[in-house]
Amino acid sequence: MNLRRVVITGLGALTPLGNNVQEYWEGLSKGVSGAAPITKFDAEKFKTKFACEVKNFDSSEYIDRKEARKMDLFTQYGMVVAQQAVEDSGMDMERINPDRVGVIWGSGIGGLTTFQHEVRDFTKGDGTPRFNPFFIPKMIADICPGLISMKYNLRGPNFTTVSACASSTNALIDAFNYIRLGKADIIVSGGSEAAVTEAGVGGFNAMKALSERNESPETASRPFDKSRDGFVLGEGAGALILEEYEHAKARGAKIYAEIIGGGMTADAYHMTAPHPEGTGIVKVMDIAIKEAGIAKEEVDYINVHGTSTPLGDVGESRAIQQVFGEHAYKLNISSTKSMTGHLLGAAGAVEAIASIMAIQHSLIPPTINHEFADEDIDSRLNLTLNKAQEREVKVAISNTFGFGGHNCSVIFRKLEE
Amino acid sequence: MSEIAQKVKEIIIDKLGVEESEVTPEASFTNDLGADSLDTVELIMEFEKEFNISIPDDQAENISTVGQAISYLEKNVNK
Repeated sequence: MNLRRVVITGLGALTPLGNNVQEYWEGLSKGVSGAAPITKFDAEKFKTKFACEVKNFDSSEYIDRKEARKMDLFTQYGMVVAQQAVEDSGMDMERINPDRVGVIWGSGIGGLTTFQHEVRDFTKGDGTPRFNPFFIPKMIADICPGLISMKYNLRGPNFTTVSACASSTNALIDAFNYIRLGKADIIVSGGSEAAVTEAGVGGFNAMKALSERNESPETASRPFDKSRDGFVLGEGAGALILEEYEHAKARGAKIYAEIIGGGMTADAYHMTAPHPEGTGIVKVMDIAIKEAGIAKEEVDYINVHGTSTPLGDVGESRAIQQVFGEHAYKLNISSTKSMTGHLLGAAGAVEAIASIMAIQHSLIPPTINHEFADEDIDSRLNLTLNKAQEREVKVAISNTFGFGGHNCSVIFRKLEE
Repeated sequence: MSEIAQKVKEIIIDKLGVEESEVTPEASFTNDLGADSLDTVELIMEFEKEFNISIPDDQAENISTVGQAISYLEKNVNK
């Protein structure tokens, strides 16, 4: 079967580092941290009192006030980045066939704020159920791609993928496959998450998953550093327009990169702990590389999952060595979560954008906050510590893994005619 | 205008995002003010909350205009 080629023709981002792709990339290349004390609620009693929040967000620049009221924050974030990406792509809605355009979105949780507020209000009452009629449609994780389709009249495949922190990479790979298989010509993909709430922070704190470095939020996310103590919760959204290559060429679209391979595996091991041998993540990179039809030596950059947890970072670094052998030492590796924090279901989308920007600008964004080497991580690996490095990037891999043992790996390549 | 009527108008303006001039007694929530079925349910719930009453479903069905809401509430609040 002849598979079609798929390229990226539009980007949108709303992140703790900036509220569009340009600001986001500027923050990444300068090595800025997006972490600060939590403003969304009073975190005084919480073990972790900081997060990587989106700053100065004003939905009214993008969404009618009446419509915004019916959207959870994760949907508002999604609507904003989808609009940025659609505008960036230069798509002429009058000239495309809406039946051939889909939306495949990723969110790890969905409308957590909405759920929390509705349930809290209910438990404050006398037991009489008085739920808002928008409670369910605001909360469900698939409402964001639904609303994006309504805004632009996009009638192709439409759904949300849920695989915790791998969600939006799953969405990108699904979008890639649907276009390759001829089921759509364009898919608005990406993901959004807004879990900086009492339930989100409290829940992750209970798992001991979050950093508790309250005295120094901006240095708390320190992947691969010996003193790392958990991830920093982030929020935001990323959108990517995936388009069939000939379709993009025919309309003279700007092409950022080609998406050439996607791997998906499961650890089948534990609810939250990564497999000690890293078998699932070795396999997922192998599958993606094989599917891309490239040699391992062609890979220049890996944007790792690297969440800054004690177990995860060691496992991933070892898996990279196992997959790439000697080439592992020639690659650039970095965790942009050191700057953005962990955007959960939106991580894959914003990290895919970071990988594509690295290709565009021939610059590897750094892993910031490195102080102490961890003897469990091979010091010969180039983890792009503390400062961005110039390098021509032809092929970049973005890894994301999720609670539940979901692993995703997606590969982007500089466009070759 | 009664206090109830004023409050009803404010709720409608807030929830439906419409201009005050549009909120006439004859205005229908769905036909004139752009409400869908969920908006209408939410409006009724807001009236219940604001005026601390319970509006049975069969009576809520008969409230589809601004005037109907005001007259229902004027009749049933504080009795």
